[in-house]
Amino acid sequence: MRSLQSTEAVIAAVLVVVMLLIGLINPAFWGVDNLFSLARANVVIGIMALGVLLIMISGGIDVSFPAISAAALYITVRTMVALDYDGVVLPFIAASVIGVLLGTFNAFIIERFRMIPLIVTLGTASIVRGLVLGLLGTSIVNINKMPKELIAFGKQDLVSVTAQNGATVGLTAMVLVYIGVAVVMHIVLRHTMMGRSVYAYGGDPESARRAGVNTRRTIYFVYCTAGLLAGFAGLLHASMIWQANPRDFIGLELDVIAAVVLGGASIFGGRGSVLGTMIGVFTLVMIKNSLILMKVDTTWQRVVVGVIIIAATAITAWRDRKKLV
Amino acid sequence: MSEYLIELKNISKRFGGVRALDDVSIAIRPGEIHCLAGENGSGKSTIIKVMSGIYTPEEGEILIDGNSVGRLDPIQAVHRGVQVIYQDFSLFGNLTVAENLALNTYLLEGRKRMDWPRARSMAREVLARLDVEIDIDADVESLPASGKQIVAIARAILAEARLIIMDEPTTALTRHEVDALFAIVRDLKAQGIAILFVSHKMREMLEISERLTVFRNGRKVAEGAMRDFDEPAITRAMTGLELDEEPYAPEIDPAAAPALEVGDLRVAGIVHGVSLELRPGEIVGISGLIGSGRTELARALFGMEKAVARTFRVAGRDVFPRSVQEAIALGIAYVPEDRLSEGLFLTQSIERNMVVSILERLRSGLFLDRKAMRDKTGQMFRDMQIAAPSPDTAVGNLSGGNAQRVMLGRWLLTGAKILILNGPTVGVDVGSKAKIHRIIRDLAEKEGLAVLMISDDVPELTGNCNRIHVMHEGRFVAEFRGADMTEDNINDSLKALR
Repeated sequence: MRSLQSTEAVIAAVLVVVMLLIGLINPAFWGVDNLFSLARANVVIGIMALGVLLIMISGGIDVSFPAISAAALYITVRTMVALDYDGVVLPFIAASVIGVLLGTFNAFIIERFRMIPLIVTLGTASIVRGLVLGLLGTSIVNINKMPKELIAFGKQDLVSVTAQNGATVGLTAMVLVYIGVAVVMHIVLRHTMMGRSVYAYGGDPESARRAGVNTRRTIYFVYCTAGLLAGFAGLLHASMIWQANPRDFIGLELDVIAAVVLGGASIFGGRGSVLGTMIGVFTLVMIKNSLILMKVDTTWQRVVVGVIIIAATAITAWRDRKKLV
Repeated sequence: MSEYLIELKNISKRFGGVRALDDVSIAIRPGEIHCLAGENGSGKSTIIKVMSGIYTPEEGEILIDGNSVGRLDPIQAVHRGVQVIYQDFSLFGNLTVAENLALNTYLLEGRKRMDWPRARSMAREVLARLDVEIDIDADVESLPASGKQIVAIARAILAEARLIIMDEPTTALTRHEVDALFAIVRDLKAQGIAILFVSHKMREMLEISERLTVFRNGRKVAEGAMRDFDEPAITRAMTGLELDEEPYAPEIDPAAAPALEVGDLRVAGIVHGVSLELRPGEIVGISGLIGSGRTELARALFGMEKAVARTFRVAGRDVFPRSVQEAIALGIAYVPEDRLSEGLFLTQSIERNMVVSILERLRSGLFLDRKAMRDKTGQMFRDMQIAAPSPDTAVGNLSGGNAQRVMLGRWLLTGAKILILNGPTVGVDVGSKAKIHRIIRDLAEKEGLAVLMISDDVPELTGNCNRIHVMHEGRFVAEFRGADMTEDNINDSLKALR
């Protein structure tokens, strides 16, 4: 555990350095409005990242969660529109259940046929995307048709202040949801036998089996929970941007995996923490946000994300390999 | 109350048509240090799996504390106090010592919550009981092999083990660590815990065990108190052969040019001026502690290490190999210490593993000459007496001794005149070892190969070499030959270096 803490300290130090650098180049970075918008941008990616973290600790990888999120949010919102239903709690439960079902599919294939998670989740992503577009259509549900209560939920602010330019900016209350999910995830990972089983399984599946870990249950737990978080995050996203787009989140898997790796999780499994992941997400979101502020082309942003994922993976791989010697 | 903690009676176990265990019995008393010896494939691993409930035997009876247990399954075995420590320890490198120790117990108790304070106090307690100091908050992967083994033992004790079965426990340990392990084992004995060592390292068995059981080909061939056995007797029981080897004394033609002549070879910081002469037909040994520079010397001779030398002559020619390719072209071959990581392709066939060193020569146009490939490897497969159905068998399925012979075959195919062997029989069982020695001696004697043999195993050197250098801190500090070349002399010389 000590090594994890030091890993987190390193990531936090990187974050602070990057923040100072960005602040030097662009003093507007430290503006309240920018910081609030940064926090807002963390919420959905952060919740997804916590799911991916869980899977990466278990030694797997998931590229299907953006498709799961999109499916969960689109199916839920379209159903709400069709039924003329408005509300918050039930839709979030529905979106989460859709996520769990798709996660169960991943877990079933991976566990039953002992297949590589990357291939399985790639396939799942393609199937889910295709089915949603094929069966439900491609039209975007816009603000005029979006359920009002869902919008109202996503609109809530924690505090609002008046920025220098006179506009009122608020800190979205959804950060509380994010923090809540993170706290629960931390407790699960750190203080339950289920969470420790995930670490054990990710460290050495064969030894975990010998030690009496129910490996089947562990795999289902991991992929179902990640599916749940993806479904939940999907609908949260819709309620925050007042729109339901079935083509949402395309290409997001790379950003999220980059953030998790940046947060110190090992691509070999067995290592990673909630705090590290949150710092990793914040760093990635901040860098992307700053590139936008600096008017860097989106194509170049892809380059930066690519560089981050390779550099962060190389560093963690180097760290993990060094320990083996 | 029965005299025995666990008793296996007339156990038979078959896999397909193969009888892995044929009517064997073994009994272990409480607090006894028992040794189970046997070569690869003798049924050692099978009997461990029967004892720990992983395999169910077709015939026979298992008694624990004198009561027949009928069918033993793994959970029952654990509940009755049978714990196995596998060679890989089955620990979690990514978790701390404390968690590794607590995890099994917690899982066994069916807990839902991870109780960290209790895990840490459990760990502290059990390590105190073993009288060892290990940082309980360190990740297990940061521990040396000996530390991992102690954690594995501690975990077995926490599971209330009454019998701890240890599979090849001394393989990854230095001599000093083996002594520490034995101290712990004696301590466990004093606490009434029985230990079953499964090993083929006879010297260490003789040191610690009280009773011995020997398996060969799925049958029990010997048992009794350890004091009734000596090393040759155990070897005889394990192999069924007399393995007396007369010392190697080749007739060297003093007029013939040395195959290799090296003067004042240096590798920066490691080898400080070594001079060496190897004549055709000679087997020259190098003994030395780890860190003496012996491996770097071998690698330098093979063009793998940056080195300088005053003279470097191969068959009278002044040349200095700067790369492995050049060394091979000069007729030098090197069989490394760790053949698994430095040499063999485990998923590939014996044939492919052998020809990899001569692919260039087998080329005809853009393609490989498959017939020449078959002929050459087929011959070598027979010469090396590799026990496998055919040269198409994957190397990963071979025992250590056979794998080593594949490696030897690969280098002999290059037509090497100088063979450098680093730990030629590490991890190889006794019978196979003798076979490898025979092959090496024949190659030197009949084919005029010049062999440099680096080994930790002093009897291996004295039994096969005609000269032995002792290396220390990058220099040759002593040379033994003829009547002086005894195990005791070399051991004394090594001891003086410590």
